[in-house]
Amino acid sequence: MPDTIIAMSLVAEFPPSALSPNACENLVELKDVSFGYTRARKILSGVTLAVPKGKLVAVMGGSGCGKTTILRLLCGQHRASSGEVLVGGQSVATMDREQMFAHRRKLGMLFQFGALFTDLSVFDNVAFPMREHTQLPQDIIHDLVLMKLNAVGLRGAARLKPSELSGGMARRVALARTIALDPQLALYDEPFAGLDPISLSVVGQLIRKLNDALNMTSILVTHDVVESMKIVDYIYFISEGRVVAHGDVPSIKASTDPFVRQFVDGQSDGPVRFHYPAKTLAEDFA
Amino acid sequence: MIAVFDAIGRVGSAVIAGVSRIGYATRFLFAILRHSGPSFMRPRLVIREVYQAGVLSLIIVCMSGLFVGMVLALQGYETLSRYGASESMGVLVAMALVRELGPVVAGLLFASRAGSAMTAEIGLMKTTEQLAAMEVMAVDPIARVVAPRFWGGVISLPLLAVLFSTLGVFGGFLVAVKLIGVDSGAFWSQMQASVDWRYGVMNGVIKSVVFGIAVSLIAVFEGYDADPTAEGVSAATTRTVVTSALAILALDFVLTVFMFRGEIN
Ligand SMILES: Nc1ncnc2c1ncn2[C@@H]1O[C@H](COP(=O)(O)OP(=O)(O)O)[C@@H](O)[C@H]1O
Ligand SMILES: [Mg+2]
Repeated sequence: MPDTIIAMSLVAEFPPSALSPNACENLVELKDVSFGYTRARKILSGVTLAVPKGKLVAVMGGSGCGKTTILRLLCGQHRASSGEVLVGGQSVATMDREQMFAHRRKLGMLFQFGALFTDLSVFDNVAFPMREHTQLPQDIIHDLVLMKLNAVGLRGAARLKPSELSGGMARRVALARTIALDPQLALYDEPFAGLDPISLSVVGQLIRKLNDALNMTSILVTHDVVESMKIVDYIYFISEGRVVAHGDVPSIKASTDPFVRQFVDGQSDGPVRFHYPAKTLAEDFA
Repeated sequence: MIAVFDAIGRVGSAVIAGVSRIGYATRFLFAILRHSGPSFMRPRLVIREVYQAGVLSLIIVCMSGLFVGMVLALQGYETLSRYGASESMGVLVAMALVRELGPVVAGLLFASRAGSAMTAEIGLMKTTEQLAAMEVMAVDPIARVVAPRFWGGVISLPLLAVLFSTLGVFGGFLVAVKLIGVDSGAFWSQMQASVDWRYGVMNGVIKSVVFGIAVSLIAVFEGYDADPTAEGVSAATTRTVVTSALAILALDFVLTVFMFRGEIN
């Protein structure tokens, strides 16, 4: 079984002590990062987290807590207002044009809403990064694209336009495009949103297998606790712009931290409020 | 008193906002020029946009040209026949079309048909994070998305203007010769004798090139600069049509002044 081989090689390569994030080399590090889109409102205030090379790490938190924002900082779309965002030991904020280009070449990002190019077919969407960045002949690109599409179960949809896809299919095509160039670092923004239970577990397994088979490092942003617990190595919980809990899967499952319990068990009451700050009901309906 | 100062302040800030927007657009034009390499290395990118902007505008431009030519001939006949100069109808129709109406009306039609589509497409690509996705893939959206559309527009408009004038002259011919009964030989020979190649035709082409640059720049700039929301894109599309129309008419005046050969007393 290839899966057991991968699992065994993982154990051989990373002894159990290595599974704690600081013990081996980190590909991604955020050190006390703060950021706000406007000066008035801080989205992240002092986030510190680390992603070791070769690992699949989940970043979880309620919607609007700044998960997508963390990914934007990592791929250099925005700059942290304080603190350091390091990828491969290099600060993203201080990269010049060439360094940013090289950084992004090694990066795959799955956008929250897919961001497929609407004027290109499914095939051309997946072929896009290959055509822009490689000199590969057409027939090799053809085979590579069909392989990527096959991995997400959509080889038959190659000729369709993005407008003809369902939300879940579009997400899987975007996933195929993300991994088109076998990136070193893959960032997945809500890859499970809008997927049916079957594609959900297929995509989950695919993300895990890609990570191990291609020797990638992956960050998975999600609020799907159940599905991500099955595949990830380590979990960070974010709330109100800071890391409130983190640990590997067994320790998260066993945790008694009220935040973790609320999130894992899906209770509406707890440290995280379900309601946006508001007046009391009595005041509003008076 | 305070209200007066407020009003002056509002006018001032509107002027400053307008001027700085022109500044942004100019810098954007330089960015497009700097990143035009891929457009010329990969002509397919531009050809696709010539199809989108030019070929798809053919019907509206040709139909309008035909009708404008026919109306010109009808209106011109009333005046010219009063002086017994109805043979000069060919001259009137051709001069008006080639120098003025061809570039201007084709430019206005192009702005509302192709320019608005360009703005909406680029604005929606921004709204749905397609431009951000491209950037994160280390592909420059100005080089890959904006520049080909800009050049597609710059190439298309002069060709459309020439087609507009050609169809207009044909429309004038239909009305003057076939409907009213002006002598066909006089119609064509007077036209040929009076319309100067350099002064008439080339100046018209220069105008349409300038309009092509202006409209395409406005269209791609508004799209790229649009607020990434549904209202933002719709507002940007409207701005493209309005600003393009004003720009065409203002530039037309300026260019005509430079090309003017008569004497002003
Ligand atoms: N481009 C932007 N400009 C201003 N505010 C933004 C922008 N993008 C996101 N925000 C705000 O930042 C907060 C965090 O957003 P985001 O990182 O997308 O959250 P999520 O954890 O759901 O991915 C939200 O409250 C959102 O309103
Ligand atoms: Mg998000």
